[in-house]
Amino acid sequence: MLSEMFYKLWDAGLIQKGIWETVYMTLLSTAISYLIGLPLGVILTVTDRGGIHPVPWLNRVLGVIVNFFRSVPFIILMVAMLPVAKFVVGTSLGNRAMIVMLVIAAAPYIARMVESSVKEVDAGVIEAAQAMGASNFQIVYKVLLPEARPSLILGAVISMVTILGYSAMSATIGGTGLGQIAISYGHQRFNPDITWICVFLTVLIVQIIQEVGTAIAHRTDKRAKK
Amino acid sequence: MIELKHLCKTYSAPDKEIHALEDINLSIQDGEIFGIIGLSGAGKSTLVRCINLLERPTSGQVLVDGRELTSLPRKELLLLRRSIGMIFQSFNLLEQRNVLKNVCFPLEIAGVDRKTAEAKARELLQVVGLADRADSYPSQLSGGQKQRVAIARALATDPRYILCDEATSALDPNTTRSILDLLRQINRDLGVTIIVITHEMKVIDQICDRVAVIDHSRIAEEGRVSEVFTSPQSQIARDLIIPRDRAALDTKNGRKIRLTFNDAYSREPVISNMVLECQAPVNILFADTKEFEGVIYGHMIIELPADPKQADKILVWLKNSPVEWREEV
Repeated sequence: MLSEMFYKLWDAGLIQKGIWETVYMTLLSTAISYLIGLPLGVILTVTDRGGIHPVPWLNRVLGVIVNFFRSVPFIILMVAMLPVAKFVVGTSLGNRAMIVMLVIAAAPYIARMVESSVKEVDAGVIEAAQAMGASNFQIVYKVLLPEARPSLILGAVISMVTILGYSAMSATIGGTGLGQIAISYGHQRFNPDITWICVFLTVLIVQIIQEVGTAIAHRTDKRAKK
Repeated sequence: MIELKHLCKTYSAPDKEIHALEDINLSIQDGEIFGIIGLSGAGKSTLVRCINLLERPTSGQVLVDGRELTSLPRKELLLLRRSIGMIFQSFNLLEQRNVLKNVCFPLEIAGVDRKTAEAKARELLQVVGLADRADSYPSQLSGGQKQRVAIARALATDPRYILCDEATSALDPNTTRSILDLLRQINRDLGVTIIVITHEMKVIDQICDRVAVIDHSRIAEEGRVSEVFTSPQSQIARDLIIPRDRAALDTKNGRKIRLTFNDAYSREPVISNMVLECQAPVNILFADTKEFEGVIYGHMIIELPADPKQADKILVWLKNSPVEWREEV
Protein backbone atom coordinates (compact mmCIF):
# COMPACT_ATOMS: atom_id res chain seq x y z
CA MET A 1 0.00 0.00 0.00
CA LEU A 2 2.82 2.40 0.84
CA SER A 3 5.22 3.41 -1.87
CA GLU A 4 8.72 2.08 -2.21
CA MET A 5 10.00 5.54 -1.37
CA PHE A 6 8.51 5.35 2.11
CA TYR A 7 10.41 2.18 2.97
CA LYS A 8 13.58 3.66 1.57
CA LEU A 9 13.21 6.76 3.70
CA TRP A 10 12.25 4.80 6.77
CA ASP A 11 15.16 2.37 6.43
CA ALA A 12 17.53 5.28 5.94
CA GLY A 13 16.10 6.81 9.14
CA LEU A 14 15.08 10.00 7.33
CA ILE A 15 11.50 10.07 8.58
CA GLN A 16 12.63 9.53 12.14
CA LYS A 17 15.20 12.26 11.66
CA GLY A 18 12.48 14.51 10.23
CA ILE A 19 10.31 14.03 13.30
CA TRP A 20 13.22 14.80 15.57
CA GLU A 21 14.21 17.89 13.58
CA THR A 22 10.68 19.24 13.65
CA VAL A 23 10.34 18.67 17.39
CA TYR A 24 13.78 20.03 18.13
CA MET A 25 13.33 23.15 15.99
CA THR A 26 9.94 23.81 17.51
CA LEU A 27 11.08 23.40 21.11
CA LEU A 28 14.30 25.34 20.73
CA SER A 29 12.66 28.17 18.79
CA THR A 30 9.85 28.39 21.35
CA ALA A 31 12.34 28.53 24.20
CA ILE A 32 14.44 31.26 22.61
CA SER A 33 11.33 33.16 21.51
CA TYR A 34 10.09 33.19 25.11
CA LEU A 35 13.41 34.57 26.31
CA ILE A 36 12.62 37.60 24.17
CA GLY A 37 8.81 37.55 24.04
CA LEU A 38 8.13 37.10 27.75
CA PRO A 39 10.04 40.19 28.93
CA LEU A 40 8.74 42.10 25.93
CA GLY A 41 5.14 41.17 26.77
CA VAL A 42 5.66 42.16 30.40
CA ILE A 43 7.19 45.49 29.36
CA LEU A 44 4.23 46.11 27.04
CA THR A 45 1.85 45.54 29.95
CA VAL A 46 3.77 47.43 32.60
CA THR A 47 4.43 50.52 30.46
CA ASP A 48 0.90 50.71 29.11
CA ARG A 49 -1.44 53.48 30.18
CA GLY A 50 -2.91 52.16 33.43
CA GLY A 51 0.04 49.78 33.87
CA ILE A 52 2.14 49.80 37.04
CA HIS A 53 4.80 51.97 35.44
CA PRO A 54 3.35 53.82 32.44
CA VAL A 55 5.90 54.96 29.85
CA PRO A 56 3.69 55.90 26.89
CA TRP A 57 6.46 56.58 24.35
CA LEU A 58 8.26 53.29 25.03
CA ASN A 59 5.00 51.41 24.89
CA ARG A 60 4.16 53.04 21.58
CA VAL A 61 7.57 52.29 20.04
CA LEU A 62 7.56 48.65 21.14
CA GLY A 63 3.97 48.27 20.02
CA VAL A 64 4.80 49.50 16.51
CA ILE A 65 7.82 47.17 16.23
CA VAL A 66 5.81 44.18 17.43
CA ASN A 67 2.96 44.97 15.06
CA PHE A 68 5.41 45.36 12.16
CA PHE A 69 6.76 41.83 12.56
CA ARG A 70 3.32 40.43 13.28
CA SER A 71 1.82 41.84 10.10
CA VAL A 72 4.35 40.44 7.61
CA PRO A 73 3.38 36.93 6.43
CA PHE A 74 5.94 34.41 7.67
CA ILE A 75 6.99 33.24 4.23
CA ILE A 76 7.89 36.80 3.20
CA LEU A 77 9.44 37.66 6.55
CA MET A 78 11.66 34.59 6.24
CA VAL A 79 13.09 35.66 2.90
CA ALA A 80 13.50 39.25 4.06
CA MET A 81 15.32 38.20 7.21
CA LEU A 82 17.92 35.96 5.55
CA PRO A 83 20.64 38.61 5.99
CA VAL A 84 19.79 38.87 9.67
CA ALA A 85 20.21 35.12 10.07
CA LYS A 86 23.53 35.33 8.32
CA PHE A 87 24.58 38.09 10.68
CA VAL A 88 23.48 36.24 13.82
CA VAL A 89 24.61 32.66 13.12
CA GLY A 90 27.01 33.21 10.21
CA THR A 91 24.92 31.38 7.63
CA SER A 92 21.59 31.76 5.92
CA LEU A 93 21.24 28.04 5.33
CA GLY A 94 20.27 25.10 7.52
CA ASN A 95 18.34 24.77 10.72
CA ARG A 96 20.37 27.21 12.75
CA ALA A 97 19.41 29.96 10.32
CA MET A 98 15.82 28.71 10.35
CA ILE A 99 15.67 28.98 14.13
CA VAL A 100 16.69 32.64 13.84
CA MET A 101 13.79 33.21 11.42
CA LEU A 102 11.38 31.36 13.66
CA VAL A 103 12.42 33.45 16.65
CA ILE A 104 12.09 36.70 14.70
CA ALA A 105 8.57 35.71 13.67
CA ALA A 106 7.49 34.14 16.96
CA ALA A 107 8.90 36.48 19.62
CA PRO A 108 6.58 39.40 18.75
CA TYR A 109 3.66 36.99 18.55
CA ILE A 110 4.55 35.60 21.97
CA ALA A 111 4.93 39.12 23.35
CA ARG A 112 1.28 39.80 22.49
CA MET A 113 0.19 36.45 23.94
CA VAL A 114 2.04 37.21 27.19
CA GLU A 115 0.64 40.73 27.26
CA SER A 116 -2.94 39.50 27.01
CA SER A 117 -2.37 36.83 29.70
CA VAL A 118 -0.76 39.23 32.13
CA LYS A 119 -3.45 41.85 31.58
CA GLU A 120 -6.02 39.36 32.86
CA VAL A 121 -4.55 39.59 36.37
CA ASP A 122 -7.05 41.34 38.64
CA ALA A 123 -6.16 44.99 39.18
CA GLY A 124 -7.25 44.67 42.81
CA VAL A 125 -4.57 42.08 43.52
CA ILE A 126 -1.94 44.37 42.03
CA GLU A 127 -3.26 47.21 44.17
CA ALA A 128 -3.04 45.00 47.27
CA ALA A 129 0.62 44.27 46.50
CA GLN A 130 1.28 47.98 46.02
CA ALA A 131 -0.36 48.72 49.35
CA MET A 132 2.08 46.26 50.98
CA GLY A 133 4.99 48.22 49.60
CA ALA A 134 5.92 45.85 46.77
CA SER A 135 8.25 47.32 44.16
CA ASN A 136 7.24 47.09 40.51
CA PHE A 137 9.81 44.37 39.96
CA GLN A 138 8.34 42.36 42.86
CA ILE A 139 4.87 42.85 41.44
CA VAL A 140 6.02 41.42 38.11
CA TYR A 141 7.65 38.27 39.39
CA LYS A 142 5.57 37.65 42.50
CA VAL A 143 2.12 38.72 41.30
CA LEU A 144 1.75 39.17 37.55
CA LEU A 145 3.61 36.11 36.31
CA PRO A 146 2.50 33.57 38.97
CA GLU A 147 -1.12 34.72 38.85
CA ALA A 148 -1.15 34.56 35.05
CA ARG A 149 0.59 31.18 34.98
CA PRO A 150 -2.28 28.99 33.69
CA SER A 151 -3.06 31.48 30.95
CA LEU A 152 0.65 31.80 30.08
CA ILE A 153 0.95 28.02 29.72
CA LEU A 154 -2.07 27.87 27.43
CA GLY A 155 -0.56 30.73 25.42
CA ALA A 156 2.70 28.81 25.16
CA VAL A 157 0.84 25.81 23.73
CA ILE A 158 -0.75 27.96 21.05
CA SER A 159 2.58 29.61 20.29
CA MET A 160 4.33 26.28 20.02
CA VAL A 161 1.78 24.95 17.56
CA THR A 162 2.17 28.11 15.47
CA ILE A 163 5.96 27.75 15.53
CA LEU A 164 5.62 24.15 14.43
CA GLY A 165 3.63 25.35 11.44
CA TYR A 166 6.29 27.97 10.66
CA SER A 167 9.04 25.35 10.91
CA ALA A 168 7.35 23.31 8.18
CA MET A 169 7.16 26.40 5.99
CA SER A 170 10.86 27.01 6.46
CA ALA A 171 11.43 23.94 4.28
CA THR A 172 10.81 26.19 1.28
CA ILE A 173 14.09 27.99 1.89
CA GLY A 174 16.19 25.14 3.17
CA GLY A 175 14.82 24.17 6.56
CA THR A 176 14.59 20.45 7.33
CA GLY A 177 12.12 18.30 9.21
CA LEU A 178 8.73 16.88 8.28
CA GLY A 179 7.92 19.90 6.11
CA GLN A 180 10.96 19.30 3.99
CA ILE A 181 10.20 15.57 3.64
CA ALA A 182 6.65 16.37 2.58
CA ILE A 183 7.81 18.86 -0.03
CA SER A 184 10.82 17.16 -1.55
CA TYR A 185 9.85 13.48 -1.25
CA GLY A 186 6.07 13.73 -1.20
CA HIS A 187 5.15 16.67 -3.41
CA GLN A 188 8.06 17.00 -5.83
CA ARG A 189 8.53 13.25 -6.41
CA PHE A 190 4.82 12.41 -6.60
CA ASN A 191 4.49 10.24 -3.49
CA PRO A 192 1.22 11.44 -1.95
CA ASP A 193 1.48 8.78 0.76
CA ILE A 194 4.60 10.44 2.10
CA THR A 195 2.87 13.81 2.19
CA TRP A 196 0.02 12.26 4.11
CA ILE A 197 2.33 10.51 6.53
CA CYS A 198 3.95 13.87 7.24
CA VAL A 199 0.51 15.38 7.77
CA PHE A 200 -0.40 12.59 10.15
CA LEU A 201 2.84 12.91 12.12
CA THR A 202 2.45 16.68 12.39
CA VAL A 203 -1.11 16.34 13.64
CA LEU A 204 0.10 13.79 16.17
CA ILE A 205 2.82 16.12 17.48
CA VAL A 206 0.35 19.00 17.73
CA GLN A 207 -2.09 16.79 19.64
CA ILE A 208 0.57 15.77 22.11
CA ILE A 209 1.69 19.38 22.68
CA GLN A 210 -1.91 20.48 23.12
CA GLU A 211 -2.92 17.69 25.49
CA VAL A 212 0.17 17.90 27.67
CA GLY A 213 0.06 21.70 27.80
CA THR A 214 -3.62 21.86 28.66
CA ALA A 215 -3.16 19.24 31.36
CA ILE A 216 -0.30 21.18 32.94
CA ALA A 217 -2.25 24.43 32.82
CA HIS A 218 -5.28 22.79 34.35
CA ARG A 219 -3.30 20.94 37.01
CA THR A 220 -1.47 24.04 38.19
CA ASP A 221 -4.51 26.35 38.18
CA LYS A 222 -5.71 26.85 41.75
CA ARG A 223 -8.79 28.85 40.88
CA ALA A 224 -12.22 27.23 40.97
CA LYS A 225 -12.54 24.70 38.16
CA LYS A 226 -15.32 25.45 35.75
CA MET B 1 -1.34 59.60 64.16
CA ILE B 2 -2.53 60.21 60.63
CA GLU B 3 -3.22 63.78 59.57
CA LEU B 4 -4.68 64.94 56.31
CA LYS B 5 -4.24 68.64 55.61
CA HIS B 6 -6.05 70.52 52.86
CA LEU B 7 -6.11 67.41 50.74
CA CYS B 8 -7.39 67.83 47.17
CA LYS B 9 -7.55 65.34 44.37
CA THR B 10 -8.55 66.35 40.87
CA TYR B 11 -8.77 64.07 37.88
CA SER B 12 -8.58 65.67 34.51
CA ALA B 13 -10.94 64.17 31.99
CA PRO B 14 -10.69 65.28 28.36
CA ASP B 15 -13.58 67.75 28.60
CA LYS B 16 -13.58 68.73 32.27
CA GLU B 17 -11.93 68.41 35.65
CA ILE B 18 -13.37 66.09 38.24
CA HIS B 19 -12.85 67.10 41.85
CA ALA B 20 -12.75 63.82 43.76
CA LEU B 21 -11.63 65.41 47.01
CA GLU B 22 -11.78 69.03 48.07
CA ASP B 23 -9.98 70.47 51.07
CA ILE B 24 -10.11 67.41 53.30
CA ASN B 25 -8.81 67.95 56.83
CA LEU B 26 -8.80 65.03 59.24
CA SER B 27 -6.72 63.76 62.07
CA ILE B 28 -6.94 60.15 63.16
CA GLN B 29 -5.68 59.37 66.65
CA ASP B 30 -3.64 56.32 67.57
CA GLY B 31 -5.67 53.40 68.81
CA GLU B 32 -9.06 54.53 67.58
CA ILE B 33 -11.34 53.08 64.95
CA PHE B 34 -12.17 55.90 62.62
CA GLY B 35 -15.02 55.62 60.15
CA ILE B 36 -15.40 57.44 56.87
CA ILE B 37 -18.91 57.13 55.51
CA GLY B 38 -20.47 58.41 52.33
CA LEU B 39 -22.58 57.41 49.40
CA SER B 40 -20.91 55.84 46.40
CA GLY B 41 -19.10 58.45 44.36
CA ALA B 42 -18.63 60.71 47.38
CA GLY B 43 -14.86 60.28 47.19
CA LYS B 44 -14.25 57.95 50.11
CA SER B 45 -12.28 55.33 48.18
CA THR B 46 -10.04 58.02 46.75
CA LEU B 47 -9.61 59.42 50.25
CA VAL B 48 -8.46 56.14 51.78
CA ARG B 49 -6.05 55.57 48.88
CA CYS B 50 -4.50 58.95 49.55
CA ILE B 51 -3.52 57.77 53.03
CA ASN B 52 -1.03 55.22 51.67
CA LEU B 53 -0.50 57.19 48.49
CA LEU B 54 -1.93 54.57 46.17
CA GLU B 55 -3.51 57.76 44.85
CA ARG B 56 -1.33 60.82 44.87
CA PRO B 57 -3.24 63.91 46.06
CA THR B 58 -3.19 66.88 43.69
CA SER B 59 -2.40 69.15 46.63
CA GLY B 60 -2.30 69.02 50.39
CA GLN B 61 -0.40 66.93 52.89
CA VAL B 62 -0.61 63.40 54.26
CA LEU B 63 1.22 62.99 57.55
CA VAL B 64 1.74 59.56 59.06
CA ASP B 65 3.41 59.74 62.48
CA GLY B 66 4.59 63.20 61.54
CA ARG B 67 6.22 62.17 58.25
CA GLU B 68 4.96 63.92 55.17
CA LEU B 69 4.30 61.21 52.58
CA THR B 70 3.90 63.19 49.40
CA SER B 71 7.51 64.39 49.53
CA LEU B 72 8.95 61.02 50.57
CA PRO B 73 11.32 59.30 48.10
CA ARG B 74 9.73 56.23 46.51
CA LYS B 75 11.95 53.75 48.36
CA GLU B 76 11.00 55.17 51.73
CA LEU B 77 7.36 55.30 50.73
CA LEU B 78 7.46 51.56 49.93
CA LEU B 79 8.99 50.91 53.35
CA LEU B 80 6.41 53.06 55.09
CA ARG B 81 3.54 51.22 53.40
CA ARG B 82 4.53 48.14 55.41
CA SER B 83 3.28 49.95 58.49
CA ILE B 84 -0.15 50.48 56.90
CA GLY B 85 -2.08 47.29 56.17
CA MET B 86 -5.04 47.36 53.83
CA ILE B 87 -8.07 45.15 53.23
CA PHE B 88 -10.52 45.40 50.36
CA GLN B 89 -14.12 44.73 49.41
CA SER B 90 -13.05 42.08 46.89
CA PHE B 91 -10.43 40.58 49.26
CA ASN B 92 -7.73 40.66 46.54
CA LEU B 93 -6.01 37.45 47.56
CA LEU B 94 -3.53 35.80 45.24
CA GLU B 95 -5.59 33.04 43.64
CA GLN B 96 -2.61 30.85 42.79
CA ARG B 97 -1.21 30.80 46.33
CA ASN B 98 -2.61 28.91 49.25
CA VAL B 99 -3.78 30.63 52.43
CA LEU B 100 -0.44 30.31 54.24
CA LYS B 101 1.50 31.68 51.27
CA ASN B 102 -0.93 34.56 50.95
CA VAL B 103 -0.28 35.60 54.52
CA CYS B 104 3.47 35.17 53.93
CA PHE B 105 3.32 37.41 50.89
CA PRO B 106 3.92 40.82 52.53
CA LEU B 107 6.75 39.26 54.53
CA GLU B 108 8.35 37.92 51.35
CA ILE B 109 8.18 41.42 49.94
CA ALA B 110 9.81 42.73 53.09
CA GLY B 111 12.62 40.20 52.63
CA VAL B 112 11.81 38.07 55.68
CA ASP B 113 13.17 34.51 55.38
CA ARG B 114 10.70 31.74 54.65
CA LYS B 115 10.80 29.97 57.99
CA THR B 116 10.20 33.10 60.04
CA ALA B 117 7.49 34.20 57.61
CA GLU B 118 5.63 30.90 57.81
CA ALA B 119 5.79 30.82 61.60
CA LYS B 120 4.38 34.35 61.73
CA ALA B 121 1.70 33.48 59.17
CA ARG B 122 0.55 30.45 61.17
CA GLU B 123 0.36 32.57 64.29
CA LEU B 124 -1.83 35.12 62.48
CA LEU B 125 -4.07 32.45 61.00
CA GLN B 126 -4.66 31.41 64.59
CA VAL B 127 -5.68 34.97 65.45
CA VAL B 128 -8.25 35.10 62.62
CA GLY B 129 -9.49 31.57 63.36
CA LEU B 130 -8.32 29.87 60.18
CA ALA B 131 -5.36 27.83 61.41
CA ASP B 132 -6.85 24.70 59.90
CA ARG B 133 -7.19 26.19 56.41
CA ALA B 134 -3.50 27.03 55.85
CA ASP B 135 -3.22 24.69 52.87
CA SER B 136 -6.48 25.70 51.20
CA TYR B 137 -6.62 27.92 48.16
CA PRO B 138 -8.75 31.10 48.11
CA SER B 139 -11.20 29.52 45.65
CA GLN B 140 -12.06 26.96 48.34
CA LEU B 141 -13.01 29.59 50.93
CA SER B 142 -16.20 31.53 51.64
CA GLY B 143 -16.26 35.33 51.44
CA GLY B 144 -15.91 35.73 55.20
CA GLN B 145 -12.98 33.31 55.30
CA LYS B 146 -11.29 35.14 52.45
CA GLN B 147 -11.61 38.42 54.34
CA ARG B 148 -10.11 36.76 57.42
CA VAL B 149 -7.13 35.66 55.35
CA ALA B 150 -6.85 39.21 54.02
CA ILE B 151 -6.89 40.54 57.58
CA ALA B 152 -4.17 38.09 58.62
CA ARG B 153 -2.19 39.18 55.57
CA ALA B 154 -2.66 42.85 56.45
CA LEU B 155 -1.34 42.14 59.96
CA ALA B 156 1.75 40.22 58.80
CA THR B 157 4.15 43.15 58.86
CA ASP B 158 2.92 44.34 62.30
CA PRO B 159 1.34 47.50 60.93
CA ARG B 160 0.30 50.39 63.13
CA TYR B 161 -2.65 51.13 60.88
CA ILE B 162 -5.15 49.14 58.88
CA LEU B 163 -7.21 50.67 56.11
CA CYS B 164 -10.50 48.91 55.37
CA ASP B 165 -12.00 49.79 52.00
CA GLU B 166 -15.63 48.61 52.10
CA ALA B 167 -14.29 45.45 53.72
CA THR B 168 -17.70 44.05 54.60
CA SER B 169 -19.76 45.29 51.66
CA ALA B 170 -19.59 41.97 49.84
CA LEU B 171 -20.56 39.95 52.92
CA ASP B 172 -23.91 38.90 54.39
CA PRO B 173 -25.07 40.49 57.69
CA ASN B 174 -23.86 37.68 59.97
CA THR B 175 -20.46 37.48 58.33
CA THR B 176 -20.23 41.27 58.40
CA ARG B 177 -20.82 41.19 62.14
CA SER B 178 -18.15 38.57 62.75
CA ILE B 179 -15.58 40.40 60.58
CA LEU B 180 -16.31 43.65 62.42
CA ASP B 181 -15.95 41.86 65.75
CA LEU B 182 -12.59 40.55 64.60
CA LEU B 183 -11.45 44.06 63.63
CA ARG B 184 -12.63 45.34 67.02
CA GLN B 185 -10.66 42.59 68.75
CA ILE B 186 -7.52 43.36 66.73
CA ASN B 187 -7.88 47.02 67.58
CA ARG B 188 -8.21 46.23 71.26
CA ASP B 189 -5.60 43.47 71.57
CA LEU B 190 -2.92 44.72 69.21
CA GLY B 191 -3.56 48.44 69.51
CA VAL B 192 -3.82 48.81 65.75
CA THR B 193 -5.50 52.00 64.55
CA ILE B 194 -8.21 51.13 62.05
CA ILE B 195 -9.69 53.35 59.35
CA VAL B 196 -12.97 52.06 58.00
CA ILE B 197 -14.48 53.21 54.71
CA THR B 198 -18.10 52.27 54.24
CA HIS B 199 -21.47 53.35 52.91
CA GLU B 200 -23.32 51.49 55.67
CA MET B 201 -24.25 53.26 58.92
CA LYS B 202 -24.46 49.93 60.72
CA VAL B 203 -20.73 49.35 60.17
CA ILE B 204 -19.99 52.75 61.68
CA ASP B 205 -22.17 52.28 64.73
CA GLN B 206 -20.97 48.76 65.35
CA ILE B 207 -17.24 49.45 65.61
CA CYS B 208 -16.24 53.07 65.09
CA ASP B 209 -15.28 55.54 67.79
CA ARG B 210 -15.35 58.57 65.55
CA VAL B 211 -16.77 59.18 62.12
CA ALA B 212 -16.37 61.61 59.25
CA VAL B 213 -19.24 61.95 56.81
CA ILE B 214 -18.10 62.70 53.29
CA ASP B 215 -20.40 64.15 50.68
CA HIS B 216 -19.64 65.57 47.26
CA SER B 217 -15.88 65.33 47.82
CA ARG B 218 -15.96 67.26 51.11
CA ILE B 219 -16.18 66.38 54.79
CA ALA B 220 -19.75 67.31 55.70
CA GLU B 221 -19.50 66.44 59.36
CA GLU B 222 -17.13 64.83 61.83
CA GLY B 223 -17.36 63.78 65.44
CA ARG B 224 -17.90 60.98 67.93
CA VAL B 225 -20.27 58.40 66.50
CA SER B 226 -22.76 58.89 69.34
CA GLU B 227 -22.82 62.65 68.71
CA VAL B 228 -23.25 62.38 64.99
CA PHE B 229 -25.93 59.76 65.44
CA THR B 230 -27.93 61.72 68.01
CA SER B 231 -27.64 65.16 66.50
CA PRO B 232 -26.60 64.94 62.90
CA GLN B 233 -25.86 68.44 61.62
CA SER B 234 -25.78 67.74 57.89
CA GLN B 235 -28.54 66.50 55.63
CA ILE B 236 -26.25 63.75 54.33
CA ALA B 237 -25.69 62.41 57.86
CA ARG B 238 -29.46 62.35 58.50
CA ASP B 239 -29.94 60.54 55.21
CA LEU B 240 -27.35 57.95 56.11
CA ILE B 241 -28.99 57.31 59.49
CA ILE B 242 -32.45 57.00 57.94
CA PRO B 243 -32.33 56.89 54.16
CA ARG B 244 -34.93 59.20 52.66
CA ASP B 245 -35.70 56.75 49.88
CA ARG B 246 -37.27 54.29 52.30
CA ALA B 247 -40.66 53.19 50.98
CA ALA B 248 -42.26 53.78 54.39
CA LEU B 249 -41.32 57.45 54.25
CA ASP B 250 -42.83 57.87 50.81
CA THR B 251 -46.05 59.52 51.89
CA LYS B 252 -47.55 62.84 50.92
CA ASN B 253 -50.39 63.02 53.44
CA GLY B 254 -48.87 65.09 56.17
CA ARG B 255 -45.70 66.82 57.35
CA LYS B 256 -42.92 64.58 58.55
CA ILE B 257 -41.03 65.15 61.79
CA ARG B 258 -37.79 63.48 62.82
CA LEU B 259 -37.37 62.96 66.57
CA THR B 260 -34.10 62.10 68.24
CA PHE B 261 -34.08 60.57 71.68
CA ASN B 262 -31.14 60.28 73.96
CA ASP B 263 -30.95 58.08 77.01
CA ALA B 264 -33.27 60.20 79.17
CA TYR B 265 -36.24 59.98 76.82
CA SER B 266 -35.64 56.73 75.03
CA ARG B 267 -37.14 54.91 78.02
CA GLU B 268 -40.20 57.18 78.28
CA PRO B 269 -43.47 56.82 76.40
CA VAL B 270 -42.98 60.16 74.64
CA ILE B 271 -45.20 59.49 71.65
CA SER B 272 -48.04 58.13 73.79
CA ASN B 273 -47.92 61.20 76.00
CA MET B 274 -47.94 63.45 72.97
CA VAL B 275 -50.91 61.70 71.36
CA LEU B 276 -52.87 61.64 74.60
CA GLU B 277 -52.24 65.26 75.44
CA CYS B 278 -52.85 66.60 71.94
CA GLN B 279 -55.76 64.29 71.20
CA ALA B 280 -54.42 63.89 67.65
CA PRO B 281 -53.24 60.75 65.84
CA VAL B 282 -49.72 60.47 64.43
CA ASN B 283 -48.37 57.86 62.08
CA ILE B 284 -45.01 56.32 62.98
CA LEU B 285 -43.10 55.84 59.72
CA PHE B 286 -39.76 54.71 61.05
CA ALA B 287 -38.18 54.00 64.40
CA ASP B 288 -34.79 52.70 65.45
CA THR B 289 -32.79 52.56 68.65
CA LYS B 290 -29.05 52.04 69.01
CA GLU B 291 -26.62 51.67 71.85
CA PHE B 292 -23.31 53.53 72.02
CA GLU B 293 -20.97 53.12 74.94
CA GLY B 294 -23.84 51.75 77.01
CA VAL B 295 -26.19 54.66 76.25
CA ILE B 296 -29.36 54.19 74.26
CA TYR B 297 -30.28 56.53 71.43
CA GLY B 298 -33.32 56.50 69.21
CA HIS B 299 -34.48 57.94 65.92
CA MET B 300 -38.08 58.17 64.84
CA ILE B 301 -39.91 59.70 61.93
CA ILE B 302 -43.58 60.47 62.42
CA GLU B 303 -46.20 61.79 60.06
CA LEU B 304 -48.46 64.54 61.37
CA PRO B 305 -52.22 64.50 60.75
CA ALA B 306 -53.31 66.03 57.46
CA ASP B 307 -55.56 68.47 59.35
CA PRO B 308 -53.38 71.61 59.86
CA LYS B 309 -55.05 72.44 63.20
CA GLN B 310 -54.18 69.09 64.70
CA ALA B 311 -50.70 69.23 63.19
CA ASP B 312 -50.07 72.63 64.76
CA LYS B 313 -51.17 71.32 68.13
CA ILE B 314 -48.52 68.65 67.97
CA LEU B 315 -45.84 71.08 66.84
CA VAL B 316 -46.61 73.33 69.79
CA TRP B 317 -46.40 70.34 72.11
CA LEU B 318 -43.03 69.39 70.62
CA LYS B 319 -41.70 72.93 71.00
CA ASN B 320 -42.45 72.81 74.69
CA SER B 321 -41.01 69.34 75.16
CA PRO B 322 -37.33 68.58 75.74
CA VAL B 323 -37.26 66.15 72.80
CA GLU B 324 -34.97 67.07 69.93
CA TRP B 325 -36.85 67.29 66.64
CA ARG B 326 -36.75 68.77 63.18
CA GLU B 327 -39.07 68.81 60.22
CA GLU B 328 -38.10 66.61 57.30
CA VAL B 329 -38.15 68.11 53.84
